[in-house]
Amino acid sequence: MKKVIATAAVMAFGAGMAWAQDVVRLGTEGAYPPWNFINDAGEIDGFERELGDELCERAELDCTWVTNDWDSIIPNLVSGNYDAIIAGMSITEERDKVIDFTQNYTPPDPSAYVALSKGIDLENAVIAAQAATIQAGFVADKGWTLVEYATPEETIAAVRNGEADAVLADKSYLAPIAAEEADLVMLDREEAIGGGVGMGFRESDEELRKTFDAAIQSMKDDGSLNEMIKKWEVASTF
Amino acid sequence: MSCWQTVQDYALRSLGMGERLLPRENFTLCEQFTLIGSGLIWNVYFGTLALLAGFFLATAVAVGKGARNRLVRKLSEWFIFVFRGSPLFIQFFFAYFLFLSLKKHYAFFDPFTSAWLGALIVLFLNTSAYSGEIFHGALRAIPRGDIEAADAYGFSGWPRFRRIVWPTMLRLAWPAYTNEAIFMFHATTLVFFSGFPAWQQKGDALYYASYFADKTFNPFVPYPILAGYFILLTLAVLAIFGYINRRLNRHMPQAARRGIRFRPNLIR
Amino acid sequence: MPIRQGGRRRPPCTSGPRPRERGDRAIFSFCTDPSTLDTARWFACYLTTGKHANFYISFGTVLLLLAITAPTALAFGFGGAAAARSRFLPLSWLGKIYIAIVRGVPDIAFFLFFVIALDQAFEWVRHQVLCPGWDEPIRQGNDFIVCPEAKLPLGNAPQWVHETYGFFVAVLTFAIVFGAFAANVLYGAMRAVPRAQLETAEAYGMSRRQIFWRILVPQMWVYALPGLSNLWMVLIKATPLLFLLGVEDIVYWARDLGGTANPRFTDYPHGDWRVWYFLALLVFYLGFTRVSEIFLERLMQRFTHGQAFSGTGTGQAGMR
Repeated sequence: MKKVIATAAVMAFGAGMAWAQDVVRLGTEGAYPPWNFINDAGEIDGFERELGDELCERAELDCTWVTNDWDSIIPNLVSGNYDAIIAGMSITEERDKVIDFTQNYTPPDPSAYVALSKGIDLENAVIAAQAATIQAGFVADKGWTLVEYATPEETIAAVRNGEADAVLADKSYLAPIAAEEADLVMLDREEAIGGGVGMGFRESDEELRKTFDAAIQSMKDDGSLNEMIKKWEVASTF
Repeated sequence: MSCWQTVQDYALRSLGMGERLLPRENFTLCEQFTLIGSGLIWNVYFGTLALLAGFFLATAVAVGKGARNRLVRKLSEWFIFVFRGSPLFIQFFFAYFLFLSLKKHYAFFDPFTSAWLGALIVLFLNTSAYSGEIFHGALRAIPRGDIEAADAYGFSGWPRFRRIVWPTMLRLAWPAYTNEAIFMFHATTLVFFSGFPAWQQKGDALYYASYFADKTFNPFVPYPILAGYFILLTLAVLAIFGYINRRLNRHMPQAARRGIRFRPNLIR
Repeated sequence: MPIRQGGRRRPPCTSGPRPRERGDRAIFSFCTDPSTLDTARWFACYLTTGKHANFYISFGTVLLLLAITAPTALAFGFGGAAAARSRFLPLSWLGKIYIAIVRGVPDIAFFLFFVIALDQAFEWVRHQVLCPGWDEPIRQGNDFIVCPEAKLPLGNAPQWVHETYGFFVAVLTFAIVFGAFAANVLYGAMRAVPRAQLETAEAYGMSRRQIFWRILVPQMWVYALPGLSNLWMVLIKATPLLFLLGVEDIVYWARDLGGTANPRFTDYPHGDWRVWYFLALLVFYLGFTRVSEIFLERLMQRFTHGQAFSGTGTGQAGMR
């Protein structure tokens, strides 16, 4: 459980000026390379770590990082345990009803399949996905055979040991795996599901959201965001 | 859509019957109650079968732990130690891993990586170990006099066990065994949570509860519904085990019937 | 590029696809380039990374949690049992309802929503006390917003305070859950104390309170110990659920470290090693269980010393 700070909403009507926002707590998952992961030194690392630090610097905010389980990452945000989600979270209509997003800091990233061989008939195949992801929902909608695992790691393992024929996940997550492991190949077919990725804020935290939104815009304008996206190979550039 | 319609569509969804697609927006309380209740079928399935099968293995293990044969005794002791000494969650992990490796070499093991069989086996072994320990304790607690009286009446071997030792053991162990049954049902929530994969969105009560929690981003509705179902399930288990307990004790004088040492384990 | 917290240096954006600094914080000097090392040295380096240090520390976290939770849960249990025995009906109902509800619900289901609820409850109470003049609603749509003074911990508190607070909320949640089981055991133990003992005390003119504290409580422990021992074993095995409460426990790290490590993101790439990490956890849990068993057996011997009580296993509730 990670708790929080004076919010921008508070500052807006001046009641808590004495508690001026000293630290902004950024919540991430820490288990989704290359977006965010824990490096050898035991620290949060990845595209979003670098991006978040840069945004905080541009916005002149003092930021600190916390990790939270993916399943409860939104409930903990609205409950005030941290101030922003920066965890490779696609901007979806469902989520937008509960929290507010900044503009996207990566363009929509297609989802891709990884399998043991190229010639897979997806309609009659068993497709693995992490439980409760947009990919799991997509396969269920298609009416294909879906098998859900608790972690992304297990979905890959399922393909490798033959439990599933293919795994559907974000392309940026699968690419390094397919590149590294000789027995796994990425299929040519891609699915355009999910929007771009953005930072999530409480709906009452409009001030803070605007601050980060402006910082993202400035990074888009001077091209440094594209640099970062290229470096970490998380998505296509703007 | 009326609630009755929802019940018709989703009441058996956890078995793959009815509407294929899960609800995806404008979630109603009715949908949450129906689907989580549908998932409960699996919890009942796992709990009931594991307990029924485990009951017999537990008796064997309990007798084994008290056996004179060193090999039998050690085997039983280690079985109980390993399954009682490690978290169920780790047992699921290793079982799934083991079944996968076996499956590669023997087609016979194909169904074992599915929850309905694989998880059932783990739960069965797990409850056997826990109940075995309870039964073993009860065996040691059987009054010497009962055994001596049986000997005096010419009972020995199997008949003595069947007619004297076993019923007394059950009577003594029943309150603690009731607890074990309750926890067995609770443990079934781990099956899809961190043990076995869910196929075609067919899962247990917790699977659907977390589905709703994830879609609505509000944990305060589905999990309390799940909790409510489990309280009902626990009450049902207590009622059934209470009935058996009364049957086991019906020959006892009234005072002794109430006098089992840890009776409140049962009554709460 | 200066960066605000922690003195963590960031590599310049042009450093290519491997954006980590090699070998920083390594314990052994030869860990600068692990890909060139022989097996023994590679493992020496691998097992001493900062990430592994977190893994080792988490064992301490789990032990600390157990050490604090056990007495706290016992206190809850004692309170619950005493309440359930109370002659004042509402209090007795309260005790019984607490025992019945918490015991009836699987602990995972409880953990999944209770921590957030508990945390919000604390902040709500503080909000009512500290900010009487606050006119904004606490619930704004989905958001839960209290005045900054009521925040727990306060917004300007350093990170370790947040972590400590999180840890204690987890302890409290565990204590409430296991307190209900302890209450059940103690309630049973109180009723197992022979009536004659209490009647004798009554005959000596002791008050109800005196009987409770001087006769009942000292004598109940021997009846409660088997059940409490078992509860302790169950508590040990419930710790893998800690990550649900936001504490990074041994299972969290075992999962993370054991998963396939891609060379793009680590100096120590390896395949799926989860089996080995879980094996380590298995050994830890079995060892801890064994030590507990030996200790509790001794304790039982001491308790029953000189008493005509056969320490049978019938009080052992079977749980995991």
